[in-house]
Amino acid sequence: MVRIVADTEACASSGMCALTAPEYFDQDDEDGRVVLLADEAEDCDGEVADAVRLCPAGALRLES
Amino acid sequence: MSTPADAAVSTGDIPYGIPLERDHPFDPPAAVMALHRGSEMRRMRYYPEGRLGWLVTSHRLARKVLADTRFSSTLGGPAQVPIPMPGVEAYLDFEGDFPLTPGMFIEMDPPDHTRLRRKLTGVFTVKRMKQLEPRIAEHVNERLDALAAGPRPADLVREFAVPVPAMMICELLGVPYGQRERFEADARAIFTTDETGEGKQRAMLNLFAFIGELVAAKRADPTDDLLSDLAADADLTDEEVAGMAILLLVAGHETTAKMLALGTMALLENRDQWDLLRERPELMAGGVEELLRYLTIIHTGLIRQVKEDFEFEGHQIKAREYVTVYVQTANRDEAHFIEPEKLDVTGDAKGHLTFGHGVHQCLGQQLARMEMRIAFAGLIERFPGLRLAVPAAEVPLVTGQSFYGVAELPVTW
Repeated sequence: MVRIVADTEACASSGMCALTAPEYFDQDDEDGRVVLLADEAEDCDGEVADAVRLCPAGALRLES
Repeated sequence: MSTPADAAVSTGDIPYGIPLERDHPFDPPAAVMALHRGSEMRRMRYYPEGRLGWLVTSHRLARKVLADTRFSSTLGGPAQVPIPMPGVEAYLDFEGDFPLTPGMFIEMDPPDHTRLRRKLTGVFTVKRMKQLEPRIAEHVNERLDALAAGPRPADLVREFAVPVPAMMICELLGVPYGQRERFEADARAIFTTDETGEGKQRAMLNLFAFIGELVAAKRADPTDDLLSDLAADADLTDEEVAGMAILLLVAGHETTAKMLALGTMALLENRDQWDLLRERPELMAGGVEELLRYLTIIHTGLIRQVKEDFEFEGHQIKAREYVTVYVQTANRDEAHFIEPEKLDVTGDAKGHLTFGHGVHQCLGQQLARMEMRIAFAGLIERFPGLRLAVPAAEVPLVTGQSFYGVAELPVTW
């Protein structure tokens, strides 16, 4: 398993994570910043890896 | 003073601005593709006086530059542009910093940018756009009904591509769609590259006057819309509210409209792709991403200015130099995409940079996606036999604006 880490200060509220991996990421109703729905994912989960890669603000990372 | 032409001759292989001439309506200019194949990042001269700056063409470096706030979005200082614009010589006499337009956070860096953008981001989330889906579908269906009832051939730009996103952004903001004649021409002037700086300034002042009136009205008598919410926010000045609203209004008008019309033309000219989307509607979400990547309507690139000297990718970047990130070639980069020269709605367009990258990535992207999915799906379902009413070569292209597209799209069915 890998741990999902979100930096809400860096978050630009683009919604790319919620669009790409909706089971793991949501957005705050007030300002659209990332809300984690799970803090762990399978190593091989492509959607989570895509969401991390696509984050425009570099606000997401995976820790093993 | 030497002219741009002289400079081009005397500076060898350093291009003077971006060569924007196209051989094919859907492909990036061949001359820029050639530069891209030569190197990921190179020197380029900027108008008006040939000052040296940079041109970035690869996907890898485009991402890197756009994510790095040392490449500033504030364009203060002596203005430099990567294409010749009328009246640009006036910039030669401009000594100080360009005045910042209040609320125009697209031209700001953090933390100013962050403060204003976060006032709006809650309205454009994936979830909110999902809630908006039925309303977007109503607008789309209304326009499709009108199209079906109207004469053939029809201009898809005027009848469909422009009104659908315009109605939606007006509704979200609380700007009366019926008053669009008061702002449409000015909104367009902001993005027109053959408009003078003076003309743009005049257009901006007109927009501030129009929206300013609305802000005052919303404050006195709030309605259920974004403009009323912003007007009620004690942390924002009236001018900031107006600037933010203008940014949304203008961006919401031109961009999706261009994509809907050019996207339809691209699908009609690649009929197998149109048919694929007709037979397999579940491909639409990916198809929209592919159209965004393949067509990349950001015509003149994304411009940044360096604030301090630093080393980047082995290059010495100097304060006050301009950097143009050319998204079109980045989205056709073979190092990132498989067969990028082809339109393939079943392909993987993830990571395209049409909405930009970094903290400035398009605020309205989830709205644009939803609008495009519903609009293309509706059009294909209602008019499966849609076709161009003129030869493709006769479709007039818009090349004099920041966003590329077609001026008209005559279609029949």
